[in-house]
Amino acid sequence: MPDMKFKLKIWRQKNEKTKGSFVSYDLDNVSPDMSFLEMLDALNKRLVESGKEPVAFDHDCREGICGSCGMYINGLPHGPVPGLTTCHLAMRYFNDGDSITIEPWRAKAFPVIKDLIVDRSAFDRIQVAGGFISVTAGAASEANAILITKTKSDEAFDSAICIGCGACVASCKNASAMLFVSAKISQFALLPQGHVEAKARVRAMVQEMDRQGFGNCSNTGACEARCPKQIKLTNIARLNREYYKAY
Amino acid sequence: MNKILFSAVSKKFVMALAGLFLLLFLPVHLGINLMLLKDDPQPFNSAAHFMATFPLVKVVEVLLFLTILIHVVYGITLQIQNWLSRPVRYEVSNRAETSAFSRFMIWTGGSVLIFLIIHFFNFYFIKLGLVEGDPENFYAIAWQLFTIPGYVILYWVCFILLGFHLFHALQSAFQTLGLNNDFWTPVIKGLSLIYAIVVPLGFAVIPLVIWLIK
Repeated sequence: MPDMKFKLKIWRQKNEKTKGSFVSYDLDNVSPDMSFLEMLDALNKRLVESGKEPVAFDHDCREGICGSCGMYINGLPHGPVPGLTTCHLAMRYFNDGDSITIEPWRAKAFPVIKDLIVDRSAFDRIQVAGGFISVTAGAASEANAILITKTKSDEAFDSAICIGCGACVASCKNASAMLFVSAKISQFALLPQGHVEAKARVRAMVQEMDRQGFGNCSNTGACEARCPKQIKLTNIARLNREYYKAY
Repeated sequence: MNKILFSAVSKKFVMALAGLFLLLFLPVHLGINLMLLKDDPQPFNSAAHFMATFPLVKVVEVLLFLTILIHVVYGITLQIQNWLSRPVRYEVSNRAETSAFSRFMIWTGGSVLIFLIIHFFNFYFIKLGLVEGDPENFYAIAWQLFTIPGYVILYWVCFILLGFHLFHALQSAFQTLGLNNDFWTPVIKGLSLIYAIVVPLGFAVIPLVIWLIK
């Protein structure tokens, strides 16, 4: 497959306090096998070589598991392919000559720090509020001391694979964090170890979610449709049930 | 206490319960309206009289108005919060694969509210003596309104929008109440679609029949 060229329109913003704007770049010699982030690396190499400020974007593992990379590509979080993070999005999914608009996540709770990087520490604060199990540290206990069915174990795992990238907030018309919080609640609610602190956990996490300024869930399902880990809306229903049970 | 009553989850819970109560009321109203298709005004007027005077119905009426008020106030409050949650909009609007009906609930709901206010002026305020008219002959008032083409078009548009609202509303209420699983959710979605078509169609067909046959 021959190399491709793209017209990029990227949000540039110096810092949290300054006003940003879109800047257009023409980029050629893009290999179809490059990931989206590698394409941005190529752009940044060119910018640095010409003495210009490179585009700032979050990235870490580049293996789809850390949740660092996240950008809004042509109206879709993580781009056009469902179930992929930006780092796994290959340029062959685009057409040669495409115009690509790249924006940071937009939410009151995720302020832009620089260019495409947003501050997602609101998620951390929700987790700190209750997204854990208090255990006594010591020797590892016998693995089968508490029996868990394979179905439940799988279900809990399907919730636990949330990488906290924030695509659910980015895609929701209300910038709601319900899918994220519900995944974190579900991974514990489905396992016996999580039951002990279930009530306190859900109360604290929902309260913190509200405090961070996320919107409310309208059950539109955009979060589920665009979650790179395909976390299901059934998690949100479970969060609702857990919340009602807590009072 | 405020944190419990006004949390993101609680507000949606109240919205869902209020909405479900309103969903129960609509078929009752439709049942009475279908009596407009009879040549004899007596059954419809008697039903209207019963609804206006029977003590238990009066209690339900108060509950109904309270429910409408809660649904509207909570709906507007939630929407304002939602708008404020994204102060900077995206350059390219969201292309995520979602139902269009779910994205315009505030607008379809607002249209229904406007129709409801007109409806109050046409009927309910007559009963209260705030607007001139015979409260014992709503049959004649309804028939007269259905002879005005502009009113009938407005009536149809509002019921189409109500159908859009109801389609998302019913399934969304179940999700909010925590009732979502792989078996029942497709069934509830199917029932939502049937309800959202049958009930508004039932209302909309009345002026059509009056026009065509009578």
